[in-house]
This record gives sequence, structure tokens and C-alpha cells, in this order.
Amino acid sequence: MRHASRIFLLCAGLLIGLGGAARAAQISIACSGLGVELALCRHGVEGWEKRTGNTAKIVTTPNSATARLALFQQLLAAHSHAIDVFQTDIIWAGTLGPDMIDLHKYVPKSVLAADFPRIVEADTWHGKLVALPWFTNAGILYYRKDLLKKYGLNPPETWQQLSHEAAIIQKGERAAGHSRFWGFVFQGQAYEGLTCDALEWVASSGGGTFVAADGKITADNPKAVQAIAWAASTVGKIAPEGVLNYEEEDARGVFQSGNAAFMRNWPYAWALAQSAGSPVRGKVGVEPLPSGTVGGPHVGTLGGGNLAVSRFSRHQAEAASLVRFMTSYAEQKYRAIHGAFNPTIVALYHDPAVLQADPFFGTLLPTFQGAVARPSSVTGRLYPRVSAAIFDAVHAALGGSITAKAAMAEIERRLARLSDNGRW
Amino acid sequence: MAGSVSSRAWRRRAASAGFCLLIAAILFYTLFPFYWAIVSSLRSGSELFSISLLPLHPAWGNYAAVFRDEPFARNIANSMLVASLVVLIALALSLGAAYALGRLRFTGRRTLLMTILGVSMFPQIAVLSGLFALIRTLGLYDTPWALVLSYLIFTLPFTVWVLTAFMHDLPRELEEAAIMDGARPVTIIRRIFLPLLAPAMVTTGLLAFIASWNEFLFALTFTLTPEQRTVPVAIALISGASAHELPWGRIMAASVIVTLPLIALVLAFQHRIIAGLTLGAVKG
Amino acid sequence: MRVLEKIRPERDDRQSSRSGARPAAALARRRRVTAAAFLAPMLGVLAVVAAWPLLHTIWFGFTNAELGGGPAQFIGLHNFASLLADPGWWRSVVNTLIFAALSVALEAALGMVIALALNRRFPGRFLVRAAVIVPWAIPTVVSAKLWAWMLNDVFGIINAVLVDLGLLGRPVAWVAAPHTALFSVVLVDAWKTTPFVALLLLAGLQVIPGELYEAAEIDGARPAQTFFSITLPLLRPALLVALIFRTLDALRVFDIIYVIAGDNPASMSMSVFARQQLVEFQDVGYGSAAATLLFVVVAIVTVIYVRAGGLWQEA
Repeated sequence: MRHASRIFLLCAGLLIGLGGAARAAQISIACSGLGVELALCRHGVEGWEKRTGNTAKIVTTPNSATARLALFQQLLAAHSHAIDVFQTDIIWAGTLGPDMIDLHKYVPKSVLAADFPRIVEADTWHGKLVALPWFTNAGILYYRKDLLKKYGLNPPETWQQLSHEAAIIQKGERAAGHSRFWGFVFQGQAYEGLTCDALEWVASSGGGTFVAADGKITADNPKAVQAIAWAASTVGKIAPEGVLNYEEEDARGVFQSGNAAFMRNWPYAWALAQSAGSPVRGKVGVEPLPSGTVGGPHVGTLGGGNLAVSRFSRHQAEAASLVRFMTSYAEQKYRAIHGAFNPTIVALYHDPAVLQADPFFGTLLPTFQGAVARPSSVTGRLYPRVSAAIFDAVHAALGGSITAKAAMAEIERRLARLSDNGRW
Repeated sequence: MAGSVSSRAWRRRAASAGFCLLIAAILFYTLFPFYWAIVSSLRSGSELFSISLLPLHPAWGNYAAVFRDEPFARNIANSMLVASLVVLIALALSLGAAYALGRLRFTGRRTLLMTILGVSMFPQIAVLSGLFALIRTLGLYDTPWALVLSYLIFTLPFTVWVLTAFMHDLPRELEEAAIMDGARPVTIIRRIFLPLLAPAMVTTGLLAFIASWNEFLFALTFTLTPEQRTVPVAIALISGASAHELPWGRIMAASVIVTLPLIALVLAFQHRIIAGLTLGAVKG
Repeated sequence: MRVLEKIRPERDDRQSSRSGARPAAALARRRRVTAAAFLAPMLGVLAVVAAWPLLHTIWFGFTNAELGGGPAQFIGLHNFASLLADPGWWRSVVNTLIFAALSVALEAALGMVIALALNRRFPGRFLVRAAVIVPWAIPTVVSAKLWAWMLNDVFGIINAVLVDLGLLGRPVAWVAAPHTALFSVVLVDAWKTTPFVALLLLAGLQVIPGELYEAAEIDGARPAQTFFSITLPLLRPALLVALIFRTLDALRVFDIIYVIAGDNPASMSMSVFARQQLVEFQDVGYGSAAATLLFVVVAIVTVIYVRAGGLWQEA
């Protein structure tokens, strides 16, 4: 018995070793598997493999941005070389910066100049180019144009108008027999996505951005309270109570299956809504998110994916080459056309092929250019905790366990304690 | 006289009818979720959202997708490898330990036994960061070996406890003859106890196998790449990689794939499993 | 091997004749050495995978370590003080206690019903028993997903059926809404673990001699009376064991809550809280302190149960 187990362990060890050796020429990229992202990532990877003759392996990651960050940080803390290229969120530059290589070494200034300057800036940490911009994101409002037409309504300009219209459509559709129909779906689970939605409600009502650019905490103010109170009032009335557990894909599932009139989501949902077999194909319109007051600002939260190379990677040059290929003009164009992923290269917004696939890229360009960033730069390493303070309190307000006023006060209190009163 | 007989007969019939209903209710309660999972796994697209109890157009697309888009076969293999190794190592280590704890008298025996049992009560999160540091130092991150090592924390106390109880109950006469012949303890264990304990070891091994197969937190934390994942983590992370469908169809398909062998295992080893589980309840 | 075995007895004889004065002491010492030799490998592994990580966690609870790196400084009881002042921590404590109380009670009740039913002989008992074990045997993740799908607020079958039957006015977001979140998780956990309790109780029931019931029936006792005065008292040991194991498991719950509801504060248990601090906030010091507190709570409950339940004597 002991002999057998020893031989077995030896064989196992040999297999592991061999397996490791076979992977020596391969790099790994961790890209998101949300919607069609996996297929698009594969497209880019395969193109690069053909061009350079190297191989790259795709590692899928959890859908939730919060879970993804936790995973990456664990990996980097373990100094693991298991992943060479990371898809990073725009808010992670300060958190992951120390563990990524400086891509200035591999990217000429001319390439960077073609991108939106604010995005490049967001990807720079202490002078180091932590990641190359891959796609940008801003929250937008999707609506069923066929239903708006049916009920004689125009796309809403303010949140109040959205509630009003959503209620009308919901009532009408339910009366017509669609018992599962709801007016409005968004991301209400206690995770990073809720921070994005909350920022949009608050900033579009003139309530600031929770933490100002100089570090001052601005969470508790009447306009912000009003915005959150509005959001809380939708739950159970025009938004299903289940929205408290929704992430991006859950909201998209409800909207795309024809069970919602309005949806707040990222641009990626457009391509999926328009794909063959989608129950709402051809019936979807897109516009900037409403504002708090008539004539007020229309705010989308700045999101976006970037590609970074880990400093523990054993093939940094190859990894950088993959990154440059995936973020190139051609790849970004492909992603825009086939996945509605907003390019970071300004020129692509005037490309006719792109505009034909995603007409709203042209009409919503101001939204993308003016998207509001979350306070990740100023709060640096503490941002995950800041975000948690925000989404915990807002989630409780949405669920009705506390009032909007109490929620904002709680955020203010927690942020003050985290930052030692504004000193991040 | 006749009246009381017929009323008793009526009551008995009513009681059996009630009992049948109860059994039916129990079966429904335990099995309906699986039935629903199977039905959902055979549906795709918008049919997924219908609530009719039978699939109208059963399709195997979800099952194909599970194996196509995820390395699910590899995940199942990982789970099997990890669970089997853990069971083998735990049983090997426990046999000698159970002999010492169950047959030899020494001071502190009871305290030691209780401490070992206490280890199985450790919250997983309380040892997570320590194990993570250990695994990182040993270079085992993102390998099945990390899981084999960490699963011993809940399998070892269990196997030791159960085997000790069995050893304890075996009659003294068995070894006395062997000791008088001058046999070494190792021989005693190998020649005498091992054959007698074989059934108990199968039982314990089965329960430990199921526990390792189902473990989630360590598997989530100590593996990263999809190829290294075990089944529970793979199922938890199935994402909506397709354009049209919510991932529910695929999640249900993966769940069915994983559940059927476990059901087979349960049916085949029902008696052993129950015996192992109830060991603690029936004393003396 | 056989040669050695033959030599052995002679060595033993020589040894015992030399220390003829206290053979018992020598025997005891040899037994201890043998015991130590057999226990060493197992204890060694436990020391590495259990003792050291636990001590590691306890130690880090007293520091301000972060996962990202940088040296950790000893800060005494600061983390523990912050924890005890953290409303998030207390909320998770309350959630865990409610979860434990409700799920154990539900499992005990349902388990008792199932055990009583399975105790009777009826055709097909083998299959029913197998069916009952199945929820216990499948991974927690799978049960969580099965139920999350059934409880889904828009597409779930439970809402659809309840609404169709008129029992609900409109679908309820079982898992998401704050006041139902915890109960949904309790329900799923009860479904999964009732088999374990049922089997333990069944084993206990099967030990009760049938004559007691016959005597009771002759005496004209009603079923309820029989249950409370005969069955329940004799079932006490099995019931206690079931309650102990279930309570300790419930206090440590992680999988089911995390997979169904994620980091939702309304259903967060102590384990989920500790993990969030440790893994998502990278705050190793604070997270370790939370994990240590959880360990202390579980340890105290274990000791209470063991003493009260008399397990110490039976070991």
C-alpha cells in the first residue's frame, strides 16, 4: 500500500512538472465573461496568436467587479505568475498600481495620444502608466421605444418623469396581461455597481460625488438625500423588489426578455438587445440618463476596462504585445461593432461602420466625454471600503430599512472615520 | 361491538391515507427542486421563463454548452482527484491514530480526543488567511494540492473520531493473543484491525469524500484558473457568456450533471452512509 | 519480518527482568511511546493545517496587517475594540444568531416528522430514505443555485405558483428584500440539512423498544401522549447530538449565504463579514480579529454543549 502511494505521488509530481513545462510559452489573460465579452476577448486573443505565433490562455473571472478585484488582489498578494494580463477597471489604478508594470516602456506616446486624455490620466498612477485603455463606459438609459410610442410618451428628461412614465407603462402592460412587467430595472445589489448607479442619481441632482476631488466628504447634502429618496421610492412600485439583488446581467435579463420599460445599464447591453433572437430586437432606444431637475446635468458614471501587465509575469514583453494588440484601432473597432463596447480611441467615434452599428455612439458622445468618475483616485487604496460604505447605506435605503437621510449621514460618518476626516 | 370495529377500521384507513399523503409530501419536498432543475436544464431561450411543469421542446443545448464553454470535465476530474486523495491520506493517517486513541491507555487521551474533535469545529474563515499564507509559501496556489492539504482540516478529525469509536468497541481478546505472540503494533493493526475496520473505513471514506466534493470556500480561495477549479466553484461562477440566454439553463444543467452521480452513490451506499452519520447518536 | 518477530520476545523478556521492580511503569511508558509514534503523523498534519493557521489568524488580529504587503505592526486590542463598536459586525452577529435559531428549530421539527414517518415499515421505504438523503449529499452551491432559481422574483416558479393560487398579490423578492432575505436562506439551509437531522433522529427512534409502544397502546394512550411521554424523552440523546452539530454548523455558516445573497448586509453572517474584510477590503488585521471572535463564540458554545450534553464522559 505504501509503495503504491509513493509511486502514485511520483507520477503525479511528474505530470504536474510536465504540465508546467508545456505552458512555458503561453501567457494568460484574465478578461471578463460578461455578455459577449468572452467571445470578443477570444477574437482578440486568436488574432494576436496568429500574428505573433505565441499562445494565450483566457481565464474567466467572476461577473461582479467587487469579486473580481478581490480575486486579483489575492493573486497579486500571492506573487502569482498565473495571470500575465489583467483586465482592470478604471477605478483600480490606485489599488493595483504598485503591482503592474509601467507600460510607458512598451507604448509610444503617439498611440496614447489617440485615446481620450481623461482615461489615460485615470490609468496613470504616480507617473506610471498602469494600464492601457481598452473600452470606456458610461451609464445610459435604455427604453422600449415601441412602448413609449404606444402610450404616447417621450423619452424622459428627469427622474421624476421617468417614474411617471414607467408607472403608466407598467399599469398598461399589466392590464394587458403581462403580469411580470415592471417599469424600471437597475443595479441595486450591495456591490460596486450600486455605487455607480447611486453616483448617477446623486450627481445628476446636483448632489456632488460623495467625495470631492480635493478629498472633502460631500455625501450628506439635501440634493443627494433627495436623489436617493427618489431611487428608494421606485423599489416595489416601478422597480421589482428583486432589484435589490440585481447586478448588470440580472437587469439585462429582465429588460431583454421584454419585461421592463426602462433599464439603466452599460452600453454593452445594446449589442445583446439587438442580436438575433432577442425578444426586444429593434424596439430599444438609448439616451443619456435623466437629470434631477429640468435642464440639469445628465450624468453617466465613468467606467471602462483597461489592460495591465502584472509585474510577476514571466513574459512581460509578450504580455505587453498582447495588450497593445487588443487595444489597437482594429480590435476596438471590432468590439464596437460586434459588442457595442465604447472605444477609447477618439477617431473611432467618427468611423461610419461603428456609427452604423451603434448610432448612439455619435449622439451620446458628449455623455461619454463628460462621464463622471467615482472618487477612486482621491481615495486611492481605501476606495473599496469607500465604495462599500456607499453601497451598504444606499442598499439599506433602497430596501426601506433606513431613510435616505439616515443613509447619507451614515455614509458621511463612515467616510469621515475611514479618512480621518478628509485626509486620504 | 360491530360499531367500534368499523369505526376503528375507518380510522385506520384514514390514518393510512394520511400517511401516504405525508410520504408524498416528503418526497415532493426533497425531490421537486431536482425535478425542476432537470426541466429547466432542458429549456433554452425564452422558454426558460415559462412555468409549465413539463418541458415542451426538450433540448440538450445547455448540457453541450456546459462542456463546451467551461472545462467542466476537467473540473469534475479535479473534484474526483482531490476528494479521493484526501480520503486516502486521511484514512492512512487516522488508522494508526485511532489505534493509539482507541486501544492504548495513556494520560490525556480523552483531552486529546476532544481537542481533535474540536478542530472540526474551527470556522473555515478562522484558518483561511493562515492556510493561504502556508499554501503560498509552499507554492501550491492554484493547484489541486492546495485543496488536498486544506481539506484535511475537516476530514482528519472526523475520520479519527469515527475510527477511534470503532476501534474502541472491538473486543480486547483480539489483540491479546497477538501481543502474547510478540507481534508489533504495526502488525497488529495491519493483520487484525484493518480487515475488521474495512467496512467502517468505507463508510468514513464515503462521508469524507462527499464532504470534500462539496466544499466551497477553500476551493474558491485557493484556486484561480478555470482548469484548476473544482465543481462547486465552477458552478458558482458560470456566467452568462452567451448572448441571448440567462445562464440559468446552464447552471441547472451543470447541477444535474453533478447531482446524478451523487444520487447513484447514495442509492448504492445508503446503509453505510446512514450508519456513518448516525454513529454519534447511538451510543452503547 | 518473521525473524524479527521471533527475536522480539527475547528482548522483551530481558528488559522486563532487568526492570523487574516496576514492570507496570515500563509498560505504561512503552505504551505512551507507541501511542506517540502512531499519533505523531496525524497530529503533525493537524498542527500544520489547523493549529498553525488558527494561531496565525489570532496573531494577525492584534496587528494592522494588510493583504497588499507592508510590515504589520502590533496594535494590541485596537481591532477588537473597533469590531465591538462596528454596527456592521453586530448586524452580522444578529443575522447569524437568528439564522442559527430558526434553521435549527426548523430542521429539528421537520427532521422529527420525517424520522417518525420513516420509522414505520411501508413498501418503498428504501427508496424514500434514499430520496431523503439526496438534498444532503449534493453540494451546497448546487442547492443554493436551485433554490435561487426557484425563488427568483421575476422568473421563479415559487412566485408564479403562489400568485396563480392567489396566495400572493404579486411576486415577492424572497432573496433580495431585506426582511425576507434571511428567512429565504434559512429555508434553503433547512431543506439541505433536514436529512442529516432526520437520519440522526431515525437512528435514535430505532433503538426504542417496540414493547413500550405496545404497552402504551394497550393502556389506551393517544398518539400525542405516546409521543411526548415515551418517544421524546428516549430520543433526548439523539436530539441533543443533532442540535449540537447543527448549531455549531449554523454559527459558522458561509457557503449558502454567500452564494445566494453575496455581501448583502441583511443576510450577512459572521463568516461572510470576516471574509469581506479579509479578502475584499484586504484588511487582514480587522478580518482576522473578526474571524477570531467567531472562533471564540463557537468554542464557547462547543464547550457548553459538551459539558451539558455529557459528551465528555462518553468519550
